[in-house]
Amino acid sequence: MQRAAALVRRGCYPRTLGPWGRGQSSAAAEASAVLKVRPERSRRDRILTLESMNPQVKAVEYAVRGPIVLKAGEIELELQRGIKKPFTEVIRANIGDAQAMGQQPITFLRQVMALCTYPNLLDSPSFPEDAKKRARRILQACGGNSLGSYSASQGVNCIREDVAAYITRRDGGVPADPDNIYLTTGASDGISTILKILVSGGGKSRTGVMIPIPQYPLYSAVISELDAIQVNYYLDEDNCWALNVNELRRAVREAKEHCDPKVLCIINPGNPTGQVQSRKCIEDVIHFAWEEKLFLLADEVYQDNVYSPDCRFHSFKKVLYEMGPEYSSNVELASFHSTSKGYMGECGYRGGYMEVINLHPEIKGQLVKLLSVRLCPPVSGQAAMDIVVNPPVPGEESFEQFSREKESVLGNLARKAKLTEDLFNQVPGIHCNPLQGAMYAFPRIFIPAKAMEAAQAHKMAPDMFYCMKLLEETGICVVPGSGFGQREGTYHFRMTILPPVEKLKTVLQKVKDFHIKFLEKYA
Amino acid sequence: MALRTGDHSQAATNGLKEKVLTLDTMNPCVQKVEYAVRGPIVLRALELEQELRQGVKKPFTEVIRANIGDAQAMGQTPITFLRQVLALCVHPDLLNSPDFPDDAKRRAERILQACGGHSLGAYSISSGTQLIREDVARYIERRDGGIPADPNNIFLSTGASDAIVTLLKLLVAGEGRTRTGVLIPIPQYPLYSAALAELNAVQVDYYLDEERAWALDVAELRRALLQARDHCRPRALCIINPGNPTGQVQTRECIEAVIRFAFEEGLFLLADEVYQDNVYAEGSQFYSFKKVLTEMGPPYTARQELASFHSVSKGYMGECGFRGGYVEVVNMDAAVQQQMQKLRSVRLCPPTPGQVLLDVAVSPPAPSDPSFAQFQAERRAVLAELAAKAKLTEQVFNEAPGIRCNPVQGAMYSFPRVQLPPRAVQRAQELGLAPDMFFCLRLLEETGICVVPGSGFGQREGTYHFRMTILPPMEKLRPLLETLSQFHAKFTREYS
Repeated sequence: MQRAAALVRRGCYPRTLGPWGRGQSSAAAEASAVLKVRPERSRRDRILTLESMNPQVKAVEYAVRGPIVLKAGEIELELQRGIKKPFTEVIRANIGDAQAMGQQPITFLRQVMALCTYPNLLDSPSFPEDAKKRARRILQACGGNSLGSYSASQGVNCIREDVAAYITRRDGGVPADPDNIYLTTGASDGISTILKILVSGGGKSRTGVMIPIPQYPLYSAVISELDAIQVNYYLDEDNCWALNVNELRRAVREAKEHCDPKVLCIINPGNPTGQVQSRKCIEDVIHFAWEEKLFLLADEVYQDNVYSPDCRFHSFKKVLYEMGPEYSSNVELASFHSTSKGYMGECGYRGGYMEVINLHPEIKGQLVKLLSVRLCPPVSGQAAMDIVVNPPVPGEESFEQFSREKESVLGNLARKAKLTEDLFNQVPGIHCNPLQGAMYAFPRIFIPAKAMEAAQAHKMAPDMFYCMKLLEETGICVVPGSGFGQREGTYHFRMTILPPVEKLKTVLQKVKDFHIKFLEKYA
Repeated sequence: MALRTGDHSQAATNGLKEKVLTLDTMNPCVQKVEYAVRGPIVLRALELEQELRQGVKKPFTEVIRANIGDAQAMGQTPITFLRQVLALCVHPDLLNSPDFPDDAKRRAERILQACGGHSLGAYSISSGTQLIREDVARYIERRDGGIPADPNNIFLSTGASDAIVTLLKLLVAGEGRTRTGVLIPIPQYPLYSAALAELNAVQVDYYLDEERAWALDVAELRRALLQARDHCRPRALCIINPGNPTGQVQTRECIEAVIRFAFEEGLFLLADEVYQDNVYAEGSQFYSFKKVLTEMGPPYTARQELASFHSVSKGYMGECGFRGGYVEVVNMDAAVQQQMQKLRSVRLCPPTPGQVLLDVAVSPPAPSDPSFAQFQAERRAVLAELAAKAKLTEQVFNEAPGIRCNPVQGAMYSFPRVQLPPRAVQRAQELGLAPDMFFCLRLLEETGICVVPGSGFGQREGTYHFRMTILPPMEKLRPLLETLSQFHAKFTREYS
């Protein structure tokens, strides 16, 4: 077929070098022996095998739901079958899923969602008027007045307007254009889409994507899948995981030798590290991006999760704007938010948005075209996002209950953040930086030499070995630091602060006891 | 904050117009992607709607969006029971409400029990809530006359499109002449071509036979395959049954022949079966690839690799916006299946409301349930109306000289062939447009009817088609079909 031939002629091949400069696979060796006849089918031949599958997909890792979590699942099944363990339940402290750990959804949000789902309820006296008003507004903006219609690929118009209004309010009046807002299937979807569109080039001009170490492993996974080049910049553990521009400079300089760095990803507040960057830091990062011509991705899904009284969330958009037109008209920036975190914890709805500014006008069409292939993000998630950005205001009937619930959730998280930091820091051999924001602790653990040997014997990273032992002996499932990246020779684990307070205290105590025993055992 | 001192030289070097992301620096594969269903003609339709809202006078009062398979957008009402169960799951306070039937409440409770924290707000496991996958497996078993389905082989997805892309992603490997080739039908649903472009895989076209109601001919598969082996490594064969845009429902013999062919030639089968509930024509019946595969016995049963896709967007449900769907993988290599699970985990999970709707769709009310009667009535009404509209569409189009419409055996589209006079073709070429795009744009401008040109789906060289949904409300459909036919006649006269 002409088109296929044209593709081949145009040289639109996948790259020959993997992210670490590895050479061609054996597939290339086969190229000289192209089969025109049907392949021989032996008894056990499958078409799709580890050897024949997409090597980029094979390279993907996602520790948050990786091997240790699979092991946790197995252990849960064993418990169900009545097998005796030193514990009665597995505690899933591996994933930032608040409602799975008992956090209650915000009543108003679920009321509006229910009204949108089943509009008969608009006649019910059990729902407040302000919820009905929002539901009607959303439904009117949907095709056929139903959540069941596809929306525009960029998202329901009035919801994008509401998101823009939210951003403007959040940023003290810095204007947001609804046209720059794209609703997405969780923030992950938006991040993946933007990275996809950015990745190009071959060999030494392959796109490099700068990511923090430690990072949320969506970034490394997408980079692997896209066969882009991962460029690590290290956060400074000794300074509360601060982002140092000199380190950015070091990373980009080294990267330029083997790739074309084009993208800089920041997670603020940080995951797994929980640091909330200072305003000065954000300015420095923006200036750096401007200087080095980098497309900025600002993952801000934890913008509502700031606990430390000394810290404040500064949106990249706002700071960019306030740095003046040389920056604000030029720096290409995509900022991401989600319904999964904050005080909402609506992970399952897969709601999110990205605000993308200073896109080249021709790129916008490309972006919308790419999104259109998947039709639209789930409209129920879009509706959830709408309520997040358009919550009850003073004077509205639902305001009081909404405020109470929101403050309760956030206050609870703040208390647990402090509790966790304090308890971990009481344990010899564990050091935990302040949990300024987000919903994780990422303590550093000391692993004795004997334990390292044992880990090596088991062919595991030392912190994976530690976490497996922790899981097997206490039922507590956390994710080893190697899943997020860390400085060579250091070990960490990421644990969420999401279990209910009393349970969290028990968990922390158990980790402490385990750690002390571990140190003794491998002394 | 002003530019820092010493940075002015940097500013000069940067240049105000140089962006990081331009057409030249963007992902070239993404640039090649096209998706006609929401392509240029739809963008024009949006502009026209905007103009109408602004009070600009047009020869029509509304734009009819007959471009996309979105039933509820065109007025189809959701199934009550589905929405009741979902509302109960969304807001469990409603479990105490007298306004909901008991069976809906029991369903909701059962689902919530299976969710983390008993809430739709928790992530599910990445392949989808265990209980729901079990229900899907049982549905498949019932549908296929008892042939077992394993919940572990079922992955829930964000619409069927999501799962299709995942499978294609897994399959794409090699380079140059060993680059993965994927056989797709022409005409096709352009998700396939778009995904292949994005993944930089090789698209291998096989033509459906318009003269025989879009039948699939294995000789044509063979032709396509042999030619493809010159420049790529064909690894997969995609079938859409019932077909989109073509609406044909393949016979059992055809499906068997396809399976045999795939097995002999070493092709992974992708069976897009999202229209399995949309079969209208007498004499047509849906045969699932899984069922046929199993009944063919060895060596096919245990060795032919197959992925079958379904969705809540079509059928009688029409719940497009919820993005619910699943894939059943059959005979997949265990290690690859683990890789698939891993890949799915990066995006955490498909939207839980979509999972809920899928659950109810695959386990609808039983005859003894209070909601059964209403559910049945609604379901029947939707499907009967679609069947009537399918018939009407075929009939009216075939009355028009110069329009020939194959029977709409299933799905929700007509894909009629239109004769376009040579002068029109020439005019189109002058404008840099595909002739059927030219026709469809003119149709849109003069009647407000938005359909998608056949060039967006693929067609034999020198033939022209458009895809129109059968979804506009019944009372509007006949006038629309007639308006379209009249436009075609006028267009033909104009360019004769």
